[in-house]
Amino acid sequence: MAQMNMTQALNSAMDVMLGRDPAVVLMGEDIGYFGGVFRVTDGLQRKYGAHRVLDTPIAEGGIVAAAIGMAVNGLRPVAEIQFADYIYPGFDQITSELARLRYRSAGDFYAPVTIRTPCGGGIRGGQTHSQSPEAVFTHVCGLKVLMPSNPYDAKGLLIAAIEDDDPVIFFEPKRLYNGPFDGDPAKPASPWSTHPKGEVPEGHYRVPLGKAEIVRPGRDLTIVSYGTMVHVAAAAASAAGLDAEIVDVRSLVPLDADTICESVRKTGRCVIAHEATRFSGFGAELLSVIQEECFWDLQAPIQRVTGWDTPYPHAFEWEYFPSPARFATAFRTVMEPA
Amino acid sequence: MRTVIEFRVEYLQRLDPDGNAVGELPAFARDPDEVLRMYRAMTLARAFDAKAVNLQRTGQLGTYASCLGHEATHIGIGAAMRAEDVFAPVYREVGTQLWRGVTMREILLYWGGDERGNDFSGPRADFPWCVPIATQTLHAAGAAMAFKIRREPRCAVATIGDGGTSEGAFYEALNVAGARALPVVFAVVNNGWAISVPVAAQTAARTLAQKAIAAGIPGLQVDGNDVFAVREAMSAALERARGGGGPTLVEALTYRLSDHTTADDASRYRSAREVDDARALEPLLRTRRFLEKAGRWNADRERELLAECARTIDAAVADHLAAPRPSTDAMFDHLFANLPERIREQRIAARRHAGTDGH
Repeated sequence: MAQMNMTQALNSAMDVMLGRDPAVVLMGEDIGYFGGVFRVTDGLQRKYGAHRVLDTPIAEGGIVAAAIGMAVNGLRPVAEIQFADYIYPGFDQITSELARLRYRSAGDFYAPVTIRTPCGGGIRGGQTHSQSPEAVFTHVCGLKVLMPSNPYDAKGLLIAAIEDDDPVIFFEPKRLYNGPFDGDPAKPASPWSTHPKGEVPEGHYRVPLGKAEIVRPGRDLTIVSYGTMVHVAAAAASAAGLDAEIVDVRSLVPLDADTICESVRKTGRCVIAHEATRFSGFGAELLSVIQEECFWDLQAPIQRVTGWDTPYPHAFEWEYFPSPARFATAFRTVMEPA
Repeated sequence: MRTVIEFRVEYLQRLDPDGNAVGELPAFARDPDEVLRMYRAMTLARAFDAKAVNLQRTGQLGTYASCLGHEATHIGIGAAMRAEDVFAPVYREVGTQLWRGVTMREILLYWGGDERGNDFSGPRADFPWCVPIATQTLHAAGAAMAFKIRREPRCAVATIGDGGTSEGAFYEALNVAGARALPVVFAVVNNGWAISVPVAAQTAARTLAQKAIAAGIPGLQVDGNDVFAVREAMSAALERARGGGGPTLVEALTYRLSDHTTADDASRYRSAREVDDARALEPLLRTRRFLEKAGRWNADRERELLAECARTIDAAVADHLAAPRPSTDAMFDHLFANLPERIREQRIAARRHAGTDGH
């Protein structure tokens, strides 16, 4: 085992896969010589060569489309879209082509493409460097959608994604690259070396797709979350003196409804949290599944803690970011006696 | 085989790095007052840019994209345009914007994260700063389409970086502009680097100007560190566009002397020697030499100008820093013309969390 932050863990996942499988290639803007604007691919072009770690022109539609052509011809591309906010020029290729290739060729073609993309806020990135568009992609049939919350899962899930024969959109909450974040920007940052999930095996391992994780057992309520909000939720629950069971969804598609619903049936109370906007957010899907499966066990209406329904405001980052105070409001409602 | 059609790409320079005229100067360059006006604007843009970088380094501004080295291109574009034309910038065109009447306060507001900085008090019809890459080129084409349909004698100018010319939207813009003979000029600001990727890794094309050829529109290169050449080429392109002659692509060859943004460290991917070589070609120096040779400039006047720039900038910065922060309502207020109930409820909830709801 080694100590790794999330960028190192992701780098290690790609290093392992480049070493094990000659079909794996990395591609993206600034990822090769420079090693990526967040240093996630640092050193990999030097180690594996410019024919396996490719700097691409600025053309996200082109990156995704070329990855499809490469994938159906024996390669296993891992494409980086530099920020999730830049993914939209590739949207046609992702939704109309990548997601449906297997389906519309009756299984003849398939495209094992992994698209890695940093998402989320908390880094003063403003409207164009802070978005969390995961729900948009969970709505596209034929895509798998992942978002890890720690280095251990990041590496294991990325390896599983690369090895998966279907397209995967892999969101990396950039606020977590260097350390867990409890939602208080005034506090000094804590590094991953202080967190058990900063312990990462150096070799190959998988974290399976479609498996949520109970990161903390509890009896009072269930908090269902993913990405940065897993840590914010845990801190908010502790501050409120609640014994919360925290479920890290990790794999949005496919979704581990069993683990989530088992927890909610046990506690009878549920708060769903994500950084993304509320309306038609992924929380709405989680809430529906829980309502369908757990209605008779619920002691109170399910609450959501989310971003406001606006673009990500640069000047009001911390008024927008779902804060511990907004969790407290949700906790008060959900903990009311039945 | 026979040749169906042949093309060439021309390069225009009017002021060499030593400040000597190349060929016959256009009329504006023979008017010393006009040259002084452009030199002053270039100097102000550079001084403001340095101040903005300093403000970011001291935590008083968000991430900022410096325009160091781009001053001749920016002022040349600005000086060629008419007030009623429309400018669709990327995120680095501080010089053009200042020339067109965007205030320093607005620029600082924007880079501080306040969208009111995009609500320009001067050029009301100019597009906001554009961070998504190449999208603005199609907006400019659309604006030009509107001018043409409404029979307004106006033109649109879009800037775009070298890296941006790899995006599909750029080719779409060139194509529609050519197909409809739109009154639009695409100014490709080729500063050599798209973050860490040099132009040679971005495209096999020898010039970016030649990308116009496939769209059936003229394209030329200019020395982007030469304010005379940029203005002359842009003026000719705008005149042609205004007269119904259709679009032009002007590729201005300059160099990004700064990091990509204040969040970048260019020393990780390019050599100090390359930057030093580029600095010797920078635009202010040659314009100053030209003015000195014409007997219109000296060290005293330079000192006076720098002091005057500093006073202007300091006043704008003080004004900006003293301005009160808007309330959290600003997060919601401009989402729609009329806010739906759900958004109004969220606006109230945000006030409650910020402690500004009066309770």
